[in-house]
Amino acid sequence: MEKLIEEFSFGLFFWQTLLFGFLLFLLWKFAWKPILSAVNEREDGIKDALAAAEEAKKEMQNVTADSEKLLKEARAEREAMLKEAREIKDKLIADSKEQAKVEGDKMMKQAQAAIESEKKAAVADIKSQVASLSVEIAEKVIKEQLSNKDKQLKLVDDLLGDIKLN
Amino acid sequence: MSANSFAKENEPSDESGKDLKTEIKEYIQHHLKDSHDFSLFSYTNDAHEHVYVGFPLPVILWDDGLKVFSSSKFHHGEEVAEVDGNYYKLYHGKIYKTNAEGHIDYDEEHHPSNAKPIDFSITKSVVMIFITCLLMFFLFSGLAKSYAKNGGIPTGVGRFFEPIVLYIRDDIARPNIGEKKYKRYMPYLLSIFFFIWFLNIFGLTPLGVNVTGNIAITFALALLTFLFTNLTGTKDYWMHIFDPLGDTLPWYGKLFLYPILVPIELLGVFIKPFSLLIRLYANMQAGHIVLMSLIGLMFLFKSWLGSPLSFGLAFAISLIEVLVALLQAYIFTMLSALYFGFAAVEHDHAEAH
Repeated sequence: MEKLIEEFSFGLFFWQTLLFGFLLFLLWKFAWKPILSAVNEREDGIKDALAAAEEAKKEMQNVTADSEKLLKEARAEREAMLKEAREIKDKLIADSKEQAKVEGDKMMKQAQAAIESEKKAAVADIKSQVASLSVEIAEKVIKEQLSNKDKQLKLVDDLLGDIKLN
Repeated sequence: MSANSFAKENEPSDESGKDLKTEIKEYIQHHLKDSHDFSLFSYTNDAHEHVYVGFPLPVILWDDGLKVFSSSKFHHGEEVAEVDGNYYKLYHGKIYKTNAEGHIDYDEEHHPSNAKPIDFSITKSVVMIFITCLLMFFLFSGLAKSYAKNGGIPTGVGRFFEPIVLYIRDDIARPNIGEKKYKRYMPYLLSIFFFIWFLNIFGLTPLGVNVTGNIAITFALALLTFLFTNLTGTKDYWMHIFDPLGDTLPWYGKLFLYPILVPIELLGVFIKPFSLLIRLYANMQAGHIVLMSLIGLMFLFKSWLGSPLSFGLAFAISLIEVLVALLQAYIFTMLSALYFGFAAVEHDHAEAH
């Protein structure tokens, strides 16, 4: 301890305090203050930039998700539309088929009815013609046969013979 | 320092009959002390004259008025300097007032009893401090300017120190002092760290001077820490010293405990910076003594085995000293920050102790 006190030089202490005090002031003013504020500023800048990047990333993700959603929706819509179109087409075909069939049936029926009636008419016509013809023929035959007695008798005989055969 | 040693130890044992061992011891003692001239090395020529290579420094004395003269007048302690009719002699690194013959009286403990004028000389240490201050100023103001010029990105040599500045801020100041108040202690912590570190490193260079191993320097630094701690002390800090137990003890209990506790706490206020000044001083002093002793051993052994061995040891210790130089700067800064942290406390710790 005594050695330490003996070694203590007041002059050196004085100069050290003076110079260091001066240095402290100068460095504080011209070095540490600007350095620390610059470093702080830079760090804040980095922090902000990182936050912004994070934000942008999130936004990007949102946008991608949105577009994906849109795409999906569009695809679904297309699918639905296609399906609907197909259904409409099927229905149309089915409907037209049905209608055609109904129409055809109807026409067929009408044709059949027409044919039937024509046929009936024709038959009736034929019948009447046949009847008149037969009457005429019968008239002529009878006229002829009844012109003499023998023939009349023979006819009667023939008729009678036919009846027997039946 | 090694250049110094080489020169000195190469001298033949001089006329006073001192053997090499004592001479080395004295040389180390001399080196550890401050000196009034900046000597690079010295040798003895063929005519047995000491030749000193270096330059003198101004001596400033206060002895009934300011006396300024060049230290070359002392001729390295070999002659008496005469200034304005007063005579001064340099004896073991200190200046004494003597008579014209340079006679020094000794007391019974073999200490000189001559009058000592107050010595404000620009010594070797003061020169080194000045150089370090200049270096630090240009280095760090340059770094500061490079931020503004280069858009927040440092350039130049200062760039190397930016991570250290950040380290001191993030790992020394912030955790010890706290986020709220660390900023106002930062300039001091940064200055003290680089100042001690640079001076420690300068002390390890061949021309280096043992500045931080000087008690006046460490005292001045620790005094600043002491002043900053106590001048910025909060109410909680002083409460902790004068009322350490707070509400945990009723007043009649305190009556018995406090006569012991408060003096201990008060003593702690002074012991903390005192430990700072002794630690730095002792570490740097010890490092220099060990290194120089090992270098001295080389010349004592004078053998093929011993000298290389002590050279290797000196080399290894030099490397360790480089680490110690940084470590001591770190510890001084760290502990200063810790004490500032105590001073800056602002919380309700009535129940904490």
